[in-house]
Amino acid sequence: MEPVTSKRVAVTVNGALHERDVEARRLLVHFLRDELDLTGTHVGCDTGNCGACTVIVDAKAVKSCMLLAVQVDGATIETIESLASDGGLHPLQQAFSDHHALQCGYCTPGMLMSAKHLLDHNAEPTENEIRRAIQGNICRCTGYVNIVEAIAAAAKGEVSA
Amino acid sequence: MLLSEVGYARPAAVEEAVRLLAEHDGARPLAGGQTILNVMKARAAAPDVLVDLADLEELRAIASTDDGGLVIGAMVTSAELVTSSDVKAARPVLGDVAAQIADVQVRNRGTIGGNVCSNDPTNHLPPVLVAVGATMTIAGADGERDVPAEEFFLGVYMTAVGLGELLTRITLPPLAGARDGFSSVTIGADGTCIVNAAATVSGDEARVVLGCVAATPVLLTAPAEDDAVREAVHGAGLEPPSDVHGSADYRRHLAEVVAARAVAEAGGGG
Repeated sequence: MEPVTSKRVAVTVNGALHERDVEARRLLVHFLRDELDLTGTHVGCDTGNCGACTVIVDAKAVKSCMLLAVQVDGATIETIESLASDGGLHPLQQAFSDHHALQCGYCTPGMLMSAKHLLDHNAEPTENEIRRAIQGNICRCTGYVNIVEAIAAAAKGEVSA
Repeated sequence: MLLSEVGYARPAAVEEAVRLLAEHDGARPLAGGQTILNVMKARAAAPDVLVDLADLEELRAIASTDDGGLVIGAMVTSAELVTSSDVKAARPVLGDVAAQIADVQVRNRGTIGGNVCSNDPTNHLPPVLVAVGATMTIAGADGERDVPAEEFFLGVYMTAVGLGELLTRITLPPLAGARDGFSSVTIGADGTCIVNAAATVSGDEARVVLGCVAATPVLLTAPAEDDAVREAVHGAGLEPPSDVHGSADYRRHLAEVVAARAVAEAGGGG
């Protein structure tokens, strides 16, 4: 095996299989946005601090600006576009709306994917567990209180119809 | 950000990884990527080739040893250290400290091998591994060699792992009646450490290892009592860096505080 500067990658994103030739240097977030046109995943700080680019890879929340697309060959990926279905909001999305858990909205896709990762692994999180689960996601608008309340409400199924 | 062009290889065996690292002067191992990809974005380093360790299954295992110790593969993630029942049973401090590293997403990708091999002086795990007396196993073209953790960290971002070599696993001795502790003062909850300390107390003796105060972890031994530990830190002649988060004087002060707290957590007397 010799090193290559580009390679064929097959990934399942939101249930659909995609195969592309990808440069080794391409970050996953740019692959999602520019190759697959899934622009809901945002680039924020581009240094792994802000979490705006959070997606779920093989059931684990990760920052897609700190992963090469070639590293996820064969993986199953969930992005923000997977949450709403048949025109209806995901309970987390509805809870964010109910609780005014966003203002500018830039961090929201990443925040929702971290929240989904939490509820996928812990159906009844405490407030402290919610706060620790979104520690890697920076919001400069809300002060977090409404985000924490929204995630708690979604966990309890207390969302408006 | 667009990275500089880079070669990529994903070997299926350690020998193949070592061969790739040895054959390409600018080759670097790619573990979780939570440090090196940022370093590449900043153009602070420009590896020619990334050797992705993701398929090296033997580097992903956590195993208990017959004597009650632990063998941890270099590719074990922080998240796996946090949830491992073997870690909790043998040396729980390791999981407790791993839970304080950065955030969920970084813990899901970042590895123990990456944390120690990057050897940023503010990292959490180097002081812990020196305190517990871990052994680092390094693979190279001529086979494996073992390096004690206290000889592993050579400078800022520098370790005993040379070009063409790969850290494969870390062996922790059994507690054998000892107790471990860790304390830090951080920038925000679970943030970057301003100063940290790990301690292992055996009987009346404490091994105290300070992080963030020098290029490499600083190992001290002292009687496991509050005053004695503070005195040992005070007398160590530390010359920590000053930065926006703390002056050298403040870090010297914190070093005494976190050392005493780490020893107390490990059951040392007050």
